[in-house]
Amino acid sequence: MHFDWPFFWHYLFRPSSAYLHGLMLTLVMSIIAQSVGTVLGLFAALGRLSRMKPLGLLIRGYIWIFRGTPLLVQIVFIYTALAAGGIFQFRTISLGVLSIPGNVQAGLLALSLNEAAYMAEIIRAGILSVDSGQTEAAKSLGMTYGLSMRRIILPQAARFVIPPLGNEFNGMLKNTTLVSVIGVPELLLSTQELISSTFRVFELYCVVALYYLTLTTLWGFVQYQLEAKYGKRSSDAGTAPGFGERLFGSTLFRAALGKRG
Amino acid sequence: MSLEAETVQPADQQAEIIVQATDIRKSYGHNEILKGVSLTVRRGEVVVVIGPSGSGKTTFVRCLNHMEKIQGGRILVNGHLIGYREIRGRLVEDRERSIARQRREIGMVFQRFNLFHHMTAIGNIIEAPVRVLGIPEAEARAFGHELLKRVGLADKANSYPEQLSGGQQQRVAIARALAMKPRLMLFDEPTSALDPEMIGEVLEVMKELARDGMTMVVVSHEMGFAREVADRVVMMADGQIVEEGPPEQIFVNPAHARTRTFLSKILSAGREPAHR
Repeated sequence: MHFDWPFFWHYLFRPSSAYLHGLMLTLVMSIIAQSVGTVLGLFAALGRLSRMKPLGLLIRGYIWIFRGTPLLVQIVFIYTALAAGGIFQFRTISLGVLSIPGNVQAGLLALSLNEAAYMAEIIRAGILSVDSGQTEAAKSLGMTYGLSMRRIILPQAARFVIPPLGNEFNGMLKNTTLVSVIGVPELLLSTQELISSTFRVFELYCVVALYYLTLTTLWGFVQYQLEAKYGKRSSDAGTAPGFGERLFGSTLFRAALGKRG
Repeated sequence: MSLEAETVQPADQQAEIIVQATDIRKSYGHNEILKGVSLTVRRGEVVVVIGPSGSGKTTFVRCLNHMEKIQGGRILVNGHLIGYREIRGRLVEDRERSIARQRREIGMVFQRFNLFHHMTAIGNIIEAPVRVLGIPEAEARAFGHELLKRVGLADKANSYPEQLSGGQQQRVAIARALAMKPRLMLFDEPTSALDPEMIGEVLEVMKELARDGMTMVVVSHEMGFAREVADRVVMMADGQIVEEGPPEQIFVNPAHARTRTFLSKILSAGREPAHR
């Protein structure tokens, strides 16, 4: 085996501008899809909890489909299959200096819709975790449903939602690789393009793996801060998992430190 | 606690009617909880509702601000039909917004306090005045501090509920309800979830409130409180009002066998043991 170390170091630390563009695309798409997915998921969760039966049923159907089919299939379906069926074709949108290619739009849409299905369930569980006495107190003070949701229930649901939300974003950073199949030049596709011109498969996959690992590690640190701030109240901060446990999983981390139980 | 009755101003029989509940019926499925309960409460009156668990007393009080739907009868608070509108002789549940509007004038204190956990004591108190009534925050805050002083917690304004004892939380909850300047206060077993040593401080605040002329409907097992403060004691059993009258009459000379049995159990135990 020959591992070209100088090549490896070069692409790890002095990436081409196309490669950096891929990294940017990965990051931006992850952030947008996660944000849109979270907002849509919030509305879906509220809809499922509402007393309107047909709406709840509709949302359950949506969740059923998007959690029950592979994300890769959803991406290809939305971009390629819809166009092939003559139903809808994504075209480049130009917004002044910024132009958004059709495949990026389709990728974002698929990632967002998929994420919304997962976030809907997470947020619904978070809302249900808030003691019903809180709603009663809010009602007794003359608050409407919307006001009590916004001011009383959702802020308290946040501490149940933020830890899994962090995990979802970690997954999102990696799931964006799937949009490479519809030609979005994110990090993975940029790597593959580089491979086709250099043929250094092993080195470049090592580089891209390290890039993703760096992204998720940095995110893990942000997540830890977020959870310390919002996820848990001060009184139970002592039981929150530390950064190391977060990163390596609690069992492994304890084992590594020689702890048992 | 002393059982000597303090001199309480008997409520003026001509005072305006605050609560008028007529023939309230409520059931869960086939289980009938309230079987035609009628009660009138006049301004400034303190009515204490007693009765064994399962008698429907908590459900009844919760109907008064439409926390529970009813299947029959009607409830007027301050002259307005609560929770329902009358359309061609039939009662139809009101819109959420107008129910919310009606609840502004009816304060409620819960057994389990239900303070907003993510807000400080003062935050809890000013939340509804600012967000619901639109009172400027500075004004609400000033009134809130005044209320905290009244319930003896002037120094706890910036404490979160979890940093307060049960008795302190319940006093903040009372202040929170008072911040809306309600015309009627409902208390649903306000001391049942408290450790014995904290019951007194909450009852003291409630007595003070009664002395200030607040109209109150209180579900409670605190017979000492009822004797001292109530204008009227209402005894409920099996979803009905068995008897009602001034505390001297109910406690000294109950007319109904159910009342005698209930009172003898309560008084022999000192207080009914906490349930739920």
